[in-house]
Amino acid sequence: MGEWWTTETSMENYEISSISHVTMSPSRRNNLVSMYSFPLSKSSYSVISAFCTEDNIPQCISYINQELASLGLSSTCIEAISPGDTGLSTVPALNAMYELLQIHRRSMCNLEELEREQLRKSSTLEHIQMSNTRLKDQLELSIREKSGLHETERQLQLKIKTLQSCLKTEKDEVQKLQSVIASRASQYSHDAKRKEREAVKLKERLSQLLIDRKDKKLAIDVLNCLGRADGKRRHWKTTKATSSHEDEMYKSLLSDYEASQRSLMLENAELKKVLQQMKKEMMHILSPRQPSTRGATADDSQEQADLDGEAKGGDASRESLDQYCEHAREQLTNSIRQQWRKLRNHVERLDSQGTSQNQLESNKEVIPRETHEDEMERMRCEVQQCREFIHAQQQLLQQQLNTSFDDETAALLNDCYTLEEKERLKEEWRLFEEQKRNFERERKNFTEAAIRLGREKKAFEEDRASWLKNQFLNMTPFTHRRRYSSSDGQSALSISKSVASNGLNLTKITASLRVEYL
Amino acid sequence: MNFSEVFKQTNQLCKVSPDGKYLATCVQYRLVVRDVSTLQILQLYTCLDQVSHMEWSSDSLFILCAMYNRGLVQVWSLEQPDWHCKIDEGSIGLVSSRWSPDGRHILNTTEFHLRVTVWSLCTKAVSYIKYPKACQKGIDFSRDGRYMALAERRDCKDYVCVFVCDDWHLLRHFETETQDLAGLEWSPNGCVLAVWDSCLEYKVLLYSLDGRLLSTYSAYEWSLGVKSVSWSPSSQFLAIGSYDEKVRILNHITWKKITQFEHPAIIDNTKATVYKEAEKRPGVGSDEMPLHNITMGATLFNTQSKYEICPLPVQIPVVKPDPDRASPKIGISVLAFSSDSRYLATKNDNMATAVWVWDMQKMSLEAVLEQTSAVRCFQWDPLRPRLALCAGNTKLYLWSPGGCVSVQVPTEGGFQVQSLNWHCSGDSLILLGKEQLCLCYMDTDQEDK
Repeated sequence: MGEWWTTETSMENYEISSISHVTMSPSRRNNLVSMYSFPLSKSSYSVISAFCTEDNIPQCISYINQELASLGLSSTCIEAISPGDTGLSTVPALNAMYELLQIHRRSMCNLEELEREQLRKSSTLEHIQMSNTRLKDQLELSIREKSGLHETERQLQLKIKTLQSCLKTEKDEVQKLQSVIASRASQYSHDAKRKEREAVKLKERLSQLLIDRKDKKLAIDVLNCLGRADGKRRHWKTTKATSSHEDEMYKSLLSDYEASQRSLMLENAELKKVLQQMKKEMMHILSPRQPSTRGATADDSQEQADLDGEAKGGDASRESLDQYCEHAREQLTNSIRQQWRKLRNHVERLDSQGTSQNQLESNKEVIPRETHEDEMERMRCEVQQCREFIHAQQQLLQQQLNTSFDDETAALLNDCYTLEEKERLKEEWRLFEEQKRNFERERKNFTEAAIRLGREKKAFEEDRASWLKNQFLNMTPFTHRRRYSSSDGQSALSISKSVASNGLNLTKITASLRVEYL
Repeated sequence: MNFSEVFKQTNQLCKVSPDGKYLATCVQYRLVVRDVSTLQILQLYTCLDQVSHMEWSSDSLFILCAMYNRGLVQVWSLEQPDWHCKIDEGSIGLVSSRWSPDGRHILNTTEFHLRVTVWSLCTKAVSYIKYPKACQKGIDFSRDGRYMALAERRDCKDYVCVFVCDDWHLLRHFETETQDLAGLEWSPNGCVLAVWDSCLEYKVLLYSLDGRLLSTYSAYEWSLGVKSVSWSPSSQFLAIGSYDEKVRILNHITWKKITQFEHPAIIDNTKATVYKEAEKRPGVGSDEMPLHNITMGATLFNTQSKYEICPLPVQIPVVKPDPDRASPKIGISVLAFSSDSRYLATKNDNMATAVWVWDMQKMSLEAVLEQTSAVRCFQWDPLRPRLALCAGNTKLYLWSPGGCVSVQVPTEGGFQVQSLNWHCSGDSLILLGKEQLCLCYMDTDQEDK
């Protein structure tokens, strides 16, 4: 490797030197113009053929020796067999050739490697370039995006600003409107007050005018004054009366306050009782389960709760004292809260536990639910039965009504009914006729009796007149009147006879009278 | 349910006496007093002019007839028909007239609200109250009749005057923090006075009987505010209906809002039942009950209607009001609590065909009744949780927690029910049409749907 290194470096040196040699060569060999084309080693055969000819062998040899020396192959020198001879000593020449071949081979290997290296490097370069371009594209894209986002952000910011400004203007407007309303309200009230003052003035003026006019006096016109509604007399208006009014007013106020306070106290007491009961029940519910899980702490809290209960029991009896009441109230509410929390935790625990406990509890619930459902079913059946019953009734009723409108049966029924009615009517007519006859008879009797009465009255009057006349005449000394009086007395007797008897005379008279009457 | 025959009335003036025995109606210038059960005319009085306002005194012995055109008030006695009383306000005019709670004083408000004159029928004495305020509800008497609250406006400021009705002594006079007081109302227990501002500002102030400010409530600013206010009969709640279509409920202990009820156009996600009125045409009756139709007396001109339960979601028809006009038809204008404070009925003006019923125990919507025409009037039964409503047609509608029913008023000539009033016993209803009235007697509770 070190050898290669040196050869490489020598190669480099050689290259450099060859380059320098190339630049120098035209000055050293005028006929070797094409020596600068050394890298084109393959195509340099024609140059080599042109290089050595028959005449310049020693120069060529010396040149080659120089070159070989410069290459670092100083050991091998090409010599001519003898000076002046065109032949070469083969061994150094072959050695030189071998070394040159070696050098060539080495350089070819290096070249291959370099080429390979170069290919690799170029491919990585390509790859890198591609990735570079890709990344550049990506970068561009992201830059574009970023600019886009910037743009949108800017727009949104603008929007926010405009909205804020709008909001501000709206708020200002609202405030302005409120102030406007306030000012208008004050204006309105001011105007209204002014108008009211005017109106009051007008009213005063008007009342003045009306009262002064006095054309129609206002007056009350009562027939007589009424007594007071409660029957008492009117009281004088004294200071005692006014103070008694005040007293009455305060009394009624106080009684109302007392009544409300009483009801509130009752309510309060009831609520406290309910709370205490609740607390006891909660404690009772919690107590049998707690010892298994909580242990000492539960007992302690229970004891505390019991103590609280006792304390409260004592306090409840001293409710009237305000300070204890408040203290007791706080204690009660706190203890209830505590118990409630315990109960709630317990219930939550039960819920989260397995199904076994739930089943137990649900069994307890299922039985009543079952009975509940049974009851519901029973009630439903009952309702259904009742409905059917009602429906049947309705149908029957309808049938009854409907059948009354059937032609044949209706006619028959109608006939029956009408016959019945006719019979009844006939009966009634008969009765009516009878009654009519009776009434007629009675009427006749009454009229007869009335006529009789009239007649008797007349007769009685005549009788009375004649009697009076008789009396008068008896008192007087006139004798020719006695004849009249006797005849009158006779007539009276005859009439009295007719009155006494109910015989044929009566009927004859009544018959004749009836004829007259009718 | 029985209906009486139809009688004449004018001006929707028809009132039952506070003891429930008599019914007074005005026909033109006559005052007719009937017995409620037999409807026979007991008394007949003649006034001097057409009556504008008529009111029973609290002891049911006297009736006040006011004629605003003439400025006259006439008082009639039931026991002594010969007794007469005439109050002439003269040229100062008359704008409103009412009884005091003891039934022995009459309060007349003169024209332009110049003053309120208090006439005593016991002593013929006169008292004057100056500067009364002309607003939606300027005078209110407490339920026990002991105090009267009057809104006053003096020097552009609002004041409240509390008078003792016994001798009209001014108990308290205090300024209110309102811009323009629109109304005031005593709580049923007489201890709290609710005062509210005009619709330009949402403000409700609560004053104690002795004039202390207990609390102020304002839900929002700037938009139109309070439209209607109502106390619950137990004095526990104060319901405030406003122009933003919501009702806010304040409680009497803290005077803070406990809930608010909204009236959306699309009802979804509630447990309430929505009843929709559907018209049934005669002739297309159901197969099952032909008898039912015959007994109800359907005629060709009166269409039957019934309620159907609609599945959610339901859309209620909304009429958008004109935004430029003042007092737009939007917001809760009517609030009514049932007598046991259990239910609250509300009406939103831009959904005029719907009545909303809220359950106060659960603080949620209980039922919505959607009618075919705009609801005119609704009122709760004074004893039971039963709501009667009318919509300007020939039907009467009743709602109770068990269900809803629509009843045809069986009169010839189409009696359009414009308003209704319950009798104080809750056994009968007085239906008022334009010029007619009719009584409806309830015998059993109608519970079918």
